Amino acid sequence: MALKTEEMVLNMGPQHPSTHGVLRLELQLEGEIIIDVIPHIGYLHRCFEKHAEAMTYPQVIPYTDRMDYLASMYNEFGYALAMERLMKIEVPERVEYIRVIMGELQRIASHLVALGTYGADIGAFTPFLFCFRDRERILHLFEITCGARLLYNYIWIGGVSHDLHSDFIRLTREFIKDFRPNLKELNDLLSFNRIFIERTANVGVLPLETAINYGVTGPNLRASGMKWDLRKDDPYSVYHKFDYEIPVGSGEKGKTGDCWDRYFIRVREMEESLKIIEQAIDQIPEGDVTSAIPKRIKPPEGQIYTRVENPRGELGYFIISDGSLNPARVKVRAPSFVTMQVFPELCKGFMVADVVAILGSIDIVLGEIDR
Amino acid sequence: MKTAEEIFKILKEKFGDSIVELKSDKPIDPFVIVNPLEVDKICLFLREEKDLLFDSLMNLSGVDDANGEKVKDEKGLETIKGGTLSVYYHLESTSLKQKLTLKVSTNREKPEVVTVTESWKCADWHEREAYDMYGIVFINHPDLRRILMPYDWEFGYPLRKDYKNPEFYQGMKVPY
Repeated sequence: MALKTEEMVLNMGPQHPSTHGVLRLELQLEGEIIIDVIPHIGYLHRCFEKHAEAMTYPQVIPYTDRMDYLASMYNEFGYALAMERLMKIEVPERVEYIRVIMGELQRIASHLVALGTYGADIGAFTPFLFCFRDRERILHLFEITCGARLLYNYIWIGGVSHDLHSDFIRLTREFIKDFRPNLKELNDLLSFNRIFIERTANVGVLPLETAINYGVTGPNLRASGMKWDLRKDDPYSVYHKFDYEIPVGSGEKGKTGDCWDRYFIRVREMEESLKIIEQAIDQIPEGDVTSAIPKRIKPPEGQIYTRVENPRGELGYFIISDGSLNPARVKVRAPSFVTMQVFPELCKGFMVADVVAILGSIDIVLGEIDR
Repeated sequence: MKTAEEIFKILKEKFGDSIVELKSDKPIDPFVIVNPLEVDKICLFLREEKDLLFDSLMNLSGVDDANGEKVKDEKGLETIKGGTLSVYYHLESTSLKQKLTLKVSTNREKPEVVTVTESWKCADWHEREAYDMYGIVFINHPDLRRILMPYDWEFGYPLRKDYKNPEFYQGMKVPY
């Protein structure tokens, strides 16, 4: 006689350590197998877009910091870039270099959190401490530059708020020198660890077709095997001057687009970011960093959609200006928001324990999903 | 790679009156205005046609045009009568590296647009957000619920220009 079975609904979150914030997942289970997942978001909703309509254009920048709080520099970068294109402002070359250096440092810092917490989520605690030790060095670099460790208000429309600290270049070089061996250590400890590979390879496979149709971008899309990076495919700032590779997932330990691929793409991206930073601090020109900041920011009537390659994917700003001092509409296309939609597809057919592994591998930030 | 003018011509030939006009006078992105009740077919065509291949929806955004008449209601609060709400679609072709912006406008009293989830799955949450924030109803959407606001929010649509905060929400005072 067959055992009587029925579907069970299990709530995961909103206060669950592996959801990286406040996310509630409604799991529909048959035994331990997942049939469907319904994500419930909005617990961190602050209505950034409504706030922005009441602010002048420069006042929006501190709010953008608070969306993706692990990659604040890049949020400001994207917003400043959109406004400069709307107002047709030419930015001094030194500013562009500073922005690229800050952006890439931020990418490393953000990936370190992603990788460290991913290890911690599925039971490897030591790499978490190693990652946060290295991230601390980057936060120190940001602190000597602008005084803040996490929420910077550093990149302004037309420039940056301060020039680099006199020690910045030296400390950055030292950081790069120390960080390369640490990255190898991380690989030995976690990336090629047999238990870790068993836990992540062939889990949560994202096929390329599905990824594009769901609008997945950034490292998650590249892990599925597509060479797509806005720094190369829709170039902005001075990225065209540097020599670096775009890592693509190849299914080294399992199928292309599995959790391990998504994890390892981020390790390889950190190496490429180091290359960009090294070239940028060698080539950085002298100049005034505040000369192009307009006194009065009043863009012409019009609308623009600008996007940048954030550590999590395509961060887009859609800004409508009605010719006044306040934006008529600021819509943020948050990469985590879009990526989160594909999550139920990834989970179907796997075990409850794999939900944690899959959620960690797509690297979401709830501040950005809810805005 | 095709310009917005060329794509506009192709669309005009295929869909006739459903394609209203091409706006390119103001800076910076030119956009094509189309009929809100035909937008699903237009998007499917844009995705499938072999020299267009718009396989990715970058962004979908609701907008309150606030172009109606401003009137005071009995409490003296300003509301907007008439006018339009709009939805912008930013499309991209990853293989042909071309971009296109579509715009649909619908009236404020009964805002209805056909969903494009059939063309791109990622439109699902974007459309739910537009519904949540502007009250734009997406016809044929598989799961049109609020997404960022609480499911029981009954005080209107926050991103409309004439939105007023409620005084109390579940017994809690709102303007603190």
